[in-house]
Order: sequence, then structure tokens, then C-alpha cells
Amino acid sequence: MAPFDPISALLGGALIGVASALLLFLNGRIAGISGIFGDFLDAGAAERGWRIAFLVGLIAAPLALAAVGRPMPLPDMPTSWAVIIGGGLLVGVGTRLSGGCTSGHGICGLARLSPRSIAATGIFMVVAIIVVAIVRHGLGA
Amino acid sequence: MSMWIGGLVCGLIFGIGLVISGMTQPTKVLGFLDVFGAWDPTLAFVMGGALIVAAPGFYFARRRGRPLVAARFHWPTGAEIDRPLVVGSALFGVGWGLVGLCPGPAIVNLPTMMPQIIVFVAAMGAGMVGLDLWRKRGKTGRVAADAA
Repeated sequence: MAPFDPISALLGGALIGVASALLLFLNGRIAGISGIFGDFLDAGAAERGWRIAFLVGLIAAPLALAAVGRPMPLPDMPTSWAVIIGGGLLVGVGTRLSGGCTSGHGICGLARLSPRSIAATGIFMVVAIIVVAIVRHGLGA
Repeated sequence: MSMWIGGLVCGLIFGIGLVISGMTQPTKVLGFLDVFGAWDPTLAFVMGGALIVAAPGFYFARRRGRPLVAARFHWPTGAEIDRPLVVGSALFGVGWGLVGLCPGPAIVNLPTMMPQIIVFVAAMGAGMVGLDLWRKRGKTGRVAADAA
């Protein structure tokens, strides 16, 4: 795993902030990726065009970086298919139910000091920390 | 300029930010969540960097009458910390803690064509569509009950 690099983290984060603010200034929309992906999958949703374009942009990002000599490292994924499928289902149902994920609640919501997003971010952070503690250290087991 | 150009440009910048910051690597995210192990502060710096830019951006957007391309701003309207928000956030936290992927990084990883990524994104999409269908069904049921 790559060592902690605060400059890359801040720079990458700033780009995420630029993209979130720009989508609001241009399209008047919150850059919440679970919402964009979920509404793209909902055949009845309005304004699917820009959502498809946003998802194409996300997918093009690692290809563009690879073209300029900065390939994305391959992700280390869990070996258990049950964990991958169960985790995917929980992320999908959970973000749709709460109306946002790390981007919509964690960045856009905190940026506008939304009480709902502050609560959501606190909950998914604490729950994820507990899950990692149980999985890696067996706390509570 | 149309809405989709804004979507494409913002998606591209967002995705580049996720790759550069290291957040497309699940072990980096799990390293941040592992506060009882070898803690990796990367995710806090990514969120900090994003908020330094997004917070003033959102502040100035709120003072504008309308966006540059769209007819109006679509601000989230909900104010209540209700049960779906709490339960949904907790379910998301379990999935995020198990795999280390949230929706953005999962989608940015799609070009790797790794079966594990494709299956994760498919399961995520199935969860979203499944919840939509369940909610619509519930609504139709209520409407039918009201009509009767």
C-alpha cells in the first residue's frame, strides 16, 4: 500500500471540492455519486443525460491519468465473494435510503452545514470504524 | 453549453481527484477506518482539501440567483434527521467498513475490469434499484388503500 502522502491527499481532495462546486455553479446540482448513479439506474428519473455524462467522466478519469503516465494502482479487494456482494448491496440500499454517501453527505452536505448530512456522516463513519475494528481486531467477539 | 458538458467535466475532475488522493484503493480507506491499528490519516486530508474548496463555493452559489446552465439550484429540501437517514447511513457504514469502497471509488475502478469491482458495482446498483422498487410498491399500496 502507498505510504501516507498529505500533499496528494489535499490536492486530490481539492479537485473533488472543485468538481462539487463546479457542478453546483453550472448544473445547480449536488455532486452526490450515489444519487447520480441511483437516478441513472431509475428509468423514470428526469435529467438522466448529465448524470450519464458525469459517470462517463468518472470512468474516463483513470484512463486519462494512465495516458499521462500516472496509472491508477489496482484495488486490493476482499477475497470473499459473499463480502463483496453483501457489501455492495449494503452500500446500495444504505446510500439510497439515507439519500447520500461520502460525497453527497460527507462533502457537499458538510460544505453547506446540513444537519442531516452531519448526522449521516457521523453515523456511517462510526459504524464503519466499528466494523473494521471487529473484522481486524475481533473487538467485541 | 448544455448540462451534459458540465456533468462530463465535473465527473472527470472528481474522478481524477479520487485517484490522485489514493481513495480508489480500498486498503487506504480501511486504513483510515482502522483507528485501533496502523491508522492512515489520508481520508481526513482528502475531506479537508475538498471542504476547503467546496464550502466557500457552496456559500457563494447560495448567494447567486441561478446556476450558469440550469434553470435553478436543486438544494436538498429535507431537514429532519429521520429513521431512513439513520438506518440507511448505518447500513452504508457496514458495507463501507467491510469492503472499503463507497460509490465514487467503486465506479472509478470499473475500467480495471476486475470481476470483484464489476460484481460490487452490480450489487450496489441492485441494492439501489431494489429499494426504489420496494418504495414505489409501498406507495402504490398506500394509494390503493386510500382509494379504497
